[in-house]
Amino acid sequence: MKGEHIMQEIAWQASLILMALVALGFAFVAINSGGRYEDYAPLQKRAYRLRLALFWGVVLVFGPTMIYTLVNLPYDAAHARGVRDARPAQVIQATGHLWYWELSETEIATGHPVEFRVTSADVNHGFGIYDTNMKLVAQVQAMPGYINTLRHTFDEAGTYKIMCLEYCGTVHHAMVAELTVAGR
Amino acid sequence: MTKTTCMTTTPDRGAETGVVAYLLTAAAVVLLMMVFGLLMRLEQAQLIEMGPQPFYKLMTLHGAGMVGIAGIAGAAVMWHFLRQYVALSTGILFANLALFLAGVVMILTSVLLGDFHGAWTFLFPLPGSSMGMWSTQAAALFMAGLLVIGVGFLLLHLDVARAIIGRYGSFARALGWPQLFGHDDGKAPPPTVVASTMVTIVNVIGLVVGASILAMMLVNLYVPAFRIDALLAKGMIYFFGHVFINATIYMAVIGVYEILPRYTQRPWKSNKVFLASWTASTLMVMFIFPHHLLMDFAFPKWMLIMGHIIGYMNTIPILLVTGYGALMLVYRSGIRWDMTARLLFVSLFGWAAGAMPAFIDGTISVNYVMHNTLWVPGHFHTYLLLGMLAMIFGFMYYLGKPAQDATDGMLDRMAFWAYTTGTLGFVLSFLYAGKESVARRYAAHLPEWVPYDQAGAAFAVLLISAALWFMLRFFGRLSLARRDHTRASLPYGVVAA
Ligand code: HEM
Ligand SMILES: [Cu+2]
Repeated sequence: MKGEHIMQEIAWQASLILMALVALGFAFVAINSGGRYEDYAPLQKRAYRLRLALFWGVVLVFGPTMIYTLVNLPYDAAHARGVRDARPAQVIQATGHLWYWELSETEIATGHPVEFRVTSADVNHGFGIYDTNMKLVAQVQAMPGYINTLRHTFDEAGTYKIMCLEYCGTVHHAMVAELTVAGR
Repeated sequence: MTKTTCMTTTPDRGAETGVVAYLLTAAAVVLLMMVFGLLMRLEQAQLIEMGPQPFYKLMTLHGAGMVGIAGIAGAAVMWHFLRQYVALSTGILFANLALFLAGVVMILTSVLLGDFHGAWTFLFPLPGSSMGMWSTQAAALFMAGLLVIGVGFLLLHLDVARAIIGRYGSFARALGWPQLFGHDDGKAPPPTVVASTMVTIVNVIGLVVGASILAMMLVNLYVPAFRIDALLAKGMIYFFGHVFINATIYMAVIGVYEILPRYTQRPWKSNKVFLASWTASTLMVMFIFPHHLLMDFAFPKWMLIMGHIIGYMNTIPILLVTGYGALMLVYRSGIRWDMTARLLFVSLFGWAAGAMPAFIDGTISVNYVMHNTLWVPGHFHTYLLLGMLAMIFGFMYYLGKPAQDATDGMLDRMAFWAYTTGTLGFVLSFLYAGKESVARRYAAHLPEWVPYDQAGAAFAVLLISAALWFMLRFFGRLSLARRDHTRASLPYGVVAA
């Protein structure tokens, strides 16, 4: 269950740590702002050296992160994890309407890859899949004139919700549908 | 008078009538929009009950209003300092304000009387497909209002372009390319000119794209046979929206480039790194827009990956050039910590700190589970409130400063801390809710989401009270703001006898 929300956790913790580091830098300088060094040039020289080090530090930490996170993108077919058998994916047509979802099927088996073909009959909607803990596990835009294919494998049984994740007007917040995921 | 070598003798220029008018307009609208923001948060927190339609109307006004005045306030800062170097037209300055106010009236009419609530992003085809919730006329009035505002800004930027080219010959020279790509003879244009050039380039392009899609959608409203591709429309809207809102920060930061050196008596030079970062930002701010379309799997994949990559690279100039540059200036400078200095200093923190959750959200696999959650308002309110707006408040305190050694009152200092903690608490309530998968732009929240909303509303009250104080202070000092006098030219410790 936790495994599904690992991305949110990482994003939150990484943001907090990075924001705290930035805050520390600013606090350090604010505390050490007194006691003026009249001669700026030597200070500048030292600061530029430190900046170069920081630059390479940033490149070395975030460069690989940036590339690593490009592996296994949601756009790739391999994205449906847990493909444990050779059966073809279950295809579900999902169409957004003002203000309801039209789903060709709503019963899904655990561990079986599902391919949602998502589109819209009117305005833009967002197809967001919420798990039994009401945490977002996958999403894609539902755009008129386009079919976006979202691949996902449900590992846990239960009732999942589809919530609209693109503002579509007055009843946007109540545009909800359900998926039933049952064990095989 | 004791004299030191680094003392500037010329008094700082006071604000022209136009600049004051911009700031007053911005202040009035900001206050109103902040109250609208609070009402939205209170509704989500289930502390008041207005219902979805009023909520979305407020949301539409808040988005359009805040983005609009961010542009107005940023332009005021840019115009005030840029006119030291180039000859700007006061007439155009006022023309932009007049068009802005006309656009505001149109938007208010559309939303308040016509019930339009298609959000400030007017995503095609929502304005024309409301299920009868608003009329075609209301939608047209809203988009025409945006168009009028856009035309005003376009005029302003064209005037800036004319003035810069008149003085420096070309954009390339104004961006310091001869010094960047050749020998740095130390004669690159000052940071204000470099930044203004960047903003002018990106905003002219952004506004033309924005005006084009607005015009196309206006035609489509009345002639549906004139078809528009939804993906193209979205790309154009976000290109324009992203460029415009980012440009507001790049304009406001000019205040930091100009004022902080006076406070620290250290120069902020356009050296190679500075020039390189601004040229890079010029390109990046335009090519980063696909990060708004990461969940549109139909968009060309290479462009989405480009959005992901530029999102990472874009933070480097913010962090290591502007943020770090300010830290260098302040470190062991003996800076006098008055309200101006505090607000400008914290504004760079706010900008850099807000960039962290932003670039993380631009990571495709993160965006997959965080796009259009409250994470997004979480990061952009960080750099807009604690970054851009803090720059504006710092500029207001600077203009209104009675004398260079004037001290601030107790209430000023309290307001500073209230603003900082209020904003941090407010944005963290959004970010945390985003981590908890709370969708953005929901008039009604699930019961388990309500505690974050209540915390957010409480912090919003704190930050609004502080902002109100900053603005009252400025209103009380308008005549000082207009006067030429020394505000910050003496280094700390040098007593003017
Ligand atoms: C006290 C200050 C503020 C409060 C209480 C506030 C509150 C809010 C709230 C509740 C939302 C809707 C969140 C949601 O999606 O559920 C929002 C959205 C937004 N805010 Fe603010 N805000 C404040 C300041 C600002 C400032 C200073 C700016 C810009 C300069 C700004 C720009 C925006 C924008 C562009 C949106 C997006 C609107 C949309 O989704 O259509 N806000 N704000
Ligand atoms: Cu929706």
